[in-house]
Formats: sequence, C-alpha cells, structure tokens
Amino acid sequence: MAGPLIGLVVPLVYWYGGRKWGISQSLQHLCAATLPRRIEYFLYDWWREGSWSLAMVAGIVAGGFVGGRVLSSPDHVVGISEATRADLTGLGITEFGGMLPADVFSFASLLTPAGITIVVVGAFLVGFGARYANGCTSGHAISGLSTLQLSSLVAVLGFFVGGLLSTHVLLPLIF
Amino acid sequence: MSEITQRGALGVPARGAASGGGTDAGGLVFYFALGLFLGVIFIKSEVASWFRIQEMFRFQAFHMYGVIGSAVAVGAIGVALLRRFGSRTANGEPIAFPSPQERRPSPAHVVGGTAFGVGWGLLGACPGPIYALIGTGWPVMLVGLGAALAGAWVYGLMRPSLPH
Repeated sequence: MAGPLIGLVVPLVYWYGGRKWGISQSLQHLCAATLPRRIEYFLYDWWREGSWSLAMVAGIVAGGFVGGRVLSSPDHVVGISEATRADLTGLGITEFGGMLPADVFSFASLLTPAGITIVVVGAFLVGFGARYANGCTSGHAISGLSTLQLSSLVAVLGFFVGGLLSTHVLLPLIF
Repeated sequence: MSEITQRGALGVPARGAASGGGTDAGGLVFYFALGLFLGVIFIKSEVASWFRIQEMFRFQAFHMYGVIGSAVAVGAIGVALLRRFGSRTANGEPIAFPSPQERRPSPAHVVGGTAFGVGWGLLGACPGPIYALIGTGWPVMLVGLGAALAGAWVYGLMRPSLPH
C-alpha cells in the first residue's frame, strides 16, 4: 500500500497548492535561510518560496518518530532477501536490527573509511546531485515520471547508474 | 488571484510567484501533516532502510520497484484526472504542470542524476528518508543531513561553472 499512498501525494500537492511535489528543494531552502552568502542560487525569499517545503520536512521528521518508535519497534528487522543478507555479511555487516546497519551508522564508525564514505561522502553527493539534477527520488522518479517528463526519466537512469556503481564497485572497496 | 510558484529556467524559484497556500498557517499545518504521513510511510514500508536500497541495487527483491512503480502509476493517474477536470487547484487557480522546456533532458540531469545515484547507493537514503531516520532516532543522520546541506551549498557555489 505504501507506493500508491506516496503516489497520491503528487496530485494532492498539485491540487492543494499548484506545486510540483519534491523533497530535496528543502536543502536549497535551508541553505538560503542559513548561509546564502552572495550565491545567486540562494538569494530569494526562502520563507515565501520554501516555508511549505520546510513544514513538510519537519513533518517527515515527526513521522519518522511516529513510524519508527510508536508504530513499530526501532530494532524491527527489515525482511531483506537471504541473498542480500549474505552479500552484506560478506562485506562485514553484522548488525541487521533496525532500518540501518548500526555498525556503519554510528558516530564511532565516522572514523572508519566505510563510515565516512557512506555517511559523509554519500550524503554530500545526495545533496549535490539532487540539486544539480533539480530533483531526487520524489521530484524526478515519482513526480517527474507521473507527469511524463523525459528529463526525469534521464535523471532516474542516472540515479540507477550511480547506485549500481556504488553498490557493486565502491562498497567492496571501502569495507 | 496569484500565480503558481514555479521554478525558473535555471532551477531558482521564480521571483514574484505567490505561494499557493504555503505560507499561511493553514497551509503550513497541511504540509506538516503531509510530511507526518510521508515519514510514517517511509519507515513502515522500509523504503528508508539502507538494507532495502542495497537489495534494490542488487536486484534481489521486487520490494522497492513495487513501491516506486506503484507510486508512479497512481501519481500518473491522479495527474491525468486533474488535467481531465480542468487543471485547477482547490482554490480554483490554474495548475502549471511542467513546461516543455523543463522536460528536455540536459547535462544536469545526466551528471547530477548520476552523482545523486552514487550518493544514494552509499548512504542508502534519499532526502526524505534522511529526515525520517533523524526522527526515528539515528543521530548520525544529522551528520548526513549536514553533509547533504553542504552538497547543496557547494552546488549553489559551483553552479555558474557547471554544465546545465
């Protein structure tokens, strides 16, 4: 049911506010609000353009709490396939409880090559790439494909090429 | 009435475009509630899970493809219905669906998209799940959010010299 519910958000947000739904523009608004310097990309009325987006991402944080702490246990084991579990065990992952492997997503692991690459380099590229491509999974893969945009299809193919590169080439190098 | 907020040709929000219900208190409550709903779904459906993203990029389960594919199908049907019924918002304002100019692929979609994909494959979370995981209680994701903001900021800085 999750997919159709997420999909409904696209027409809902067009209907409610005439907006294209996307999440990564919140990163631009947060930069514009806090550290615009004299960079043209951040020089606009962030409250007027972005307050809706910032309210939504504040809601997502709250929803993460409700979904992960109230409606389910934080150490709920994600039911990935045996093949994936075997591959990840082969990389050295040992913690399979919760949404993320705790042995990688901890402050201590930020001092390891795997931890810093996954958490810091990975997130940096998520922010950089999402703004460069002008959309992330929500804006391109879901909103963009829902409105049949060729540019979004190209961006989604890029997401996949990049993701395959990380999973099959980079991850084995950093663990 | 007001025009619809739309991104300019360069991706910067166009000036003078009024909000379609974003800045008044009722609008903010609506978008917060929408986010709450999304955050719950991201966690409960496990699309915020690094394990699920690894499984997806290894083609070892249908889970993520099912979620994204069904989201696109329902989104496309909803958008088609909105167009059918006159492309108007709840307030009766015209909806500006993406222009043909926005639809044209550019180097930004190829290079930016691939950079995003490399990040997604490593971090296992796109921006929505980063926020949701902070709420669930993965404090190290605050470092991830900081790094994602740094990435967005560096993009803004380098933007004039990047191919678009």
